[in-house]
Amino acid sequence: MSQTQSLRPQAATFGLTEGEYDLLVDNIGREPNALEAAIVGAMWSEHCGYKNSRPLFRAFPTTGPQVLQGPGENAGVVDIGEGWGVAFKMESHNHPSAVEPVQGAATGVGGILRDIFAMGARPFAVLDSLRFGNPDSPRTRFLLNGVVEGISHYGNAIGVPTVGGEVTFHPSYQENPLVNVMALGLLRHEDLAKGTMGEVGNTIVYVGSKTGRDGLGGAVFSSADLSAASQADRPAVQVGDPFMEKLLLEATLEAIQAGVVAGVQDMGAAGLGSSTCEMAYRAGLGITMDLDLVPTRESGMVPMELCLSESQERMILVPVPGKEQELLDLLAKWELDVVTIGEVEAHDRYRLTWRGEVVCDLPVALLNEAPKYTREGVESADIRAKRERDLGGVPVPGDLGAVLIDLLSHPTIASKRPIFERYDHQVMTNTVVVPGAADAAVLRVKGSGMGVAATSDCNPRFVYLDPYTGAAAAVAEAARNLACVGATPLAITDNLNFGNPHEPGVYFQLQQAVQGIADACRALNTPVTGGNVSLYNQYTEGDHKVAIHPTPTIGMVGVLPDVTVRATMNLKAGPHTLYLLGRHATTLGASQYLETVHGLEAGRVPDLDLELEKRVIEGTLALIRAGLTTIAHDPSEGGLAVALAEMAIAGGQGLKVELRAPEGARPDAVLFGEAHSRVVVAIPLGHEQAAQELLDGLGVPYTALGESLGGSDRVTISVTGANVQLSVTLDALKTAFETPLREILA
Amino acid sequence: MKTAVIQFPGSNCDADALHAARLTLDPDAQFVWHTEAGLPEGTELVFLPGGFSYGDHLRSGAIAARSPIMEAVKDHAERGGFVLGVCNGFQVLTESGLLPGALSRNRDLHFHCAPVHLRVENHHTAFTGAYEANQVLEIPIAHGEGNYYADPETIARLEAEGRVVFRYVDNPNGSLNDIAGIVSEGGNVLGMMPHPERAVELLLGSEDGLGIFASLKAGVVK
Repeated sequence: MSQTQSLRPQAATFGLTEGEYDLLVDNIGREPNALEAAIVGAMWSEHCGYKNSRPLFRAFPTTGPQVLQGPGENAGVVDIGEGWGVAFKMESHNHPSAVEPVQGAATGVGGILRDIFAMGARPFAVLDSLRFGNPDSPRTRFLLNGVVEGISHYGNAIGVPTVGGEVTFHPSYQENPLVNVMALGLLRHEDLAKGTMGEVGNTIVYVGSKTGRDGLGGAVFSSADLSAASQADRPAVQVGDPFMEKLLLEATLEAIQAGVVAGVQDMGAAGLGSSTCEMAYRAGLGITMDLDLVPTRESGMVPMELCLSESQERMILVPVPGKEQELLDLLAKWELDVVTIGEVEAHDRYRLTWRGEVVCDLPVALLNEAPKYTREGVESADIRAKRERDLGGVPVPGDLGAVLIDLLSHPTIASKRPIFERYDHQVMTNTVVVPGAADAAVLRVKGSGMGVAATSDCNPRFVYLDPYTGAAAAVAEAARNLACVGATPLAITDNLNFGNPHEPGVYFQLQQAVQGIADACRALNTPVTGGNVSLYNQYTEGDHKVAIHPTPTIGMVGVLPDVTVRATMNLKAGPHTLYLLGRHATTLGASQYLETVHGLEAGRVPDLDLELEKRVIEGTLALIRAGLTTIAHDPSEGGLAVALAEMAIAGGQGLKVELRAPEGARPDAVLFGEAHSRVVVAIPLGHEQAAQELLDGLGVPYTALGESLGGSDRVTISVTGANVQLSVTLDALKTAFETPLREILA
Repeated sequence: MKTAVIQFPGSNCDADALHAARLTLDPDAQFVWHTEAGLPEGTELVFLPGGFSYGDHLRSGAIAARSPIMEAVKDHAERGGFVLGVCNGFQVLTESGLLPGALSRNRDLHFHCAPVHLRVENHHTAFTGAYEANQVLEIPIAHGEGNYYADPETIARLEAEGRVVFRYVDNPNGSLNDIAGIVSEGGNVLGMMPHPERAVELLLGSEDGLGIFASLKAGVVK
């Protein structure tokens, strides 16, 4: 290996700063060649190396009796009992989706599914958290339709149900949409697989699609700001083939279950290079691979392309010693390309050969230990001013019924049914609670009486105005959503979508949000089992910079010990008394109402009391498990009035409630304010006493609100004290709720 | 009833079909890989499951219809054996000539997954004997290419012979005559786009699909 000419002036083209380049030269004692510099650049990118975020992650709780696999593997795994585990993870495909929404979203689904089956788990649910800009703009329609088509195309074909997620709209995502995909897989404990090279003498098997030039530089592409020139990066977006992935999925699981696999990992960001580097690092060993053996679909490919291509649907498998042939035979049944491309050796180098020459020879540890940066975070004065803004002068609208209609028809709140109907949400015949029917999806576990619940949540307006409280609130909301279907929250995965961390304002948001997540997870006993960081979600055009609202999306998984004991949001037949667990909202701060009706994104995020949250979650679960309710819903965007309307619309039943406004609270705050830690439940007539005793015993604050009226066709809400009443027909609410997305979706 | 669920590369309702078959018909129902030359000895029902066999390359169902196992399935059907093709399985049946017509892209060119209402148009078949005449069932659909087409003579013949077994109450995909499912001339091959295997347990919302399996098991033909 000799490289006389320094590549330092071109460091940036490899995704390295000059300082990082010098670090590399110091470490290896020579100049790297271009391939080596490119591999280091990819491994040290934010996407692979977490150089800006990892130092902050020390705050996360990552252990607990329920955690079978914490951060550091392809996905986290939690124990749900009876020998079953759930592997789950969320990952972003934001930048690819911004330039090529169909393939960007499709390969987002493909990538996260590979992470799941690489753990030995059979993928059995997908949730998508999607965020777009102005719903009226042609660009948003183009992106939304493309992303939905991509998810539908890939998820439906591979046969994993898409069971939930979020779709919200805000101008900050206009150029830079967010596509976060979460997948869950089921496994028996004994099938848990790891991304390791195992021991010296093991062989390295490449299986799946041939390697092409697609997706080159994806890890670096996704670790820089977007701009108009990003359109020229379309070749950095991969093209997915769900059919190939389905074969790969079945072949991989069959091999793991046959006991012939010592290690497995998918080739994701930075392709063959990154997956084999990481597997070698976990084994603490070196490897040598022959790039001439990589199956290619284009001629004349050079080592950099062979190593860093992000062609989809490829895996690395390491056979159990002595079982090599058995593995190869098994894979051949699935008609996949299978090649043994290298060997695990007793040294600490990452070596690649091509045409008989060593073209890369770097220490495994160096590649995997990206430099870490701790930056200075400073809150933007502009945002602080918005938060501290006095909202006293905001007028109370005269027609609060019209406000309810306006909120229900805001695309962020409106029904997402037109989207979910394009996804196969029932394949695998496990979906007990379908999308939109409750606050979380519920899947049964065949062969047991248990259920698994999953949700993804984040209110970016909260995080923007107060990153610490907003991020903690996302964890709290996720846990509450699980409780609302009857599931005990177990653990989270997080997808941290932020702007450019070099900007002190953005770094401040990241720092605060991580701390907020950590504190909420600790309080609610839901450790972090993994996640994904997507920085540089910022659109730059000359001096004009638009960063997205900070969006730490929380994916949470929970368990229902008995899947038949659960709740959904729809009001059910027969008279019920409605209760609010938790307390009434008293402020307008950071609400959707303030933004939609008054054009103000301002005010303090309501305080989050994690002790109260715990009690409300416990109370909700206790009511469901005691058989006292099957109806629960958590008020979020649009507050209590919107939550009540959603319950009425879903059940096709009217309701009549009287909200007793706390001393000094504005009626619009009681109706539309977004206080945390609240759940609406409906108790069948005659069981109120038992429900109240149970809640009293647990110390859960609650208020009786009124009744659901079978046969009534109106939603009537009055705020006593303020002499305010709104009364709207179910039909009007339904039309407002169900129309908007049908119109946006082509 | 001894049941074989055929697996093509890209089948994705194969496990669902097996689960439903084991629950309702045959606790020992088995998968049969598409490269097999024959069906297991004594097979009474062949279940062609939904999915995207061969990634829908060429046309949906076109490549699967030419798999080695399909010769055995055709022999089985010719001998009067039962064949149930659901969704992609229906597409394989039309592509292999076991049923007439074709399934093209939905009228609005989009995939739809939703519960739909079907009317039982003929309850005098081996697949529908357990239903009442004109009974309305709720069974989910999940397809992008379920728009049934056949030439006017074929449609007229299917109607005249009572071979339109299920009709959509609200046509979701543009199928001619609202056709959701048809049987072969001999009445032993049923193809349908809705998924009865997704409607055999109340836990999942509907058990209206049970009648198909119950009819087969009971051997009831009214």
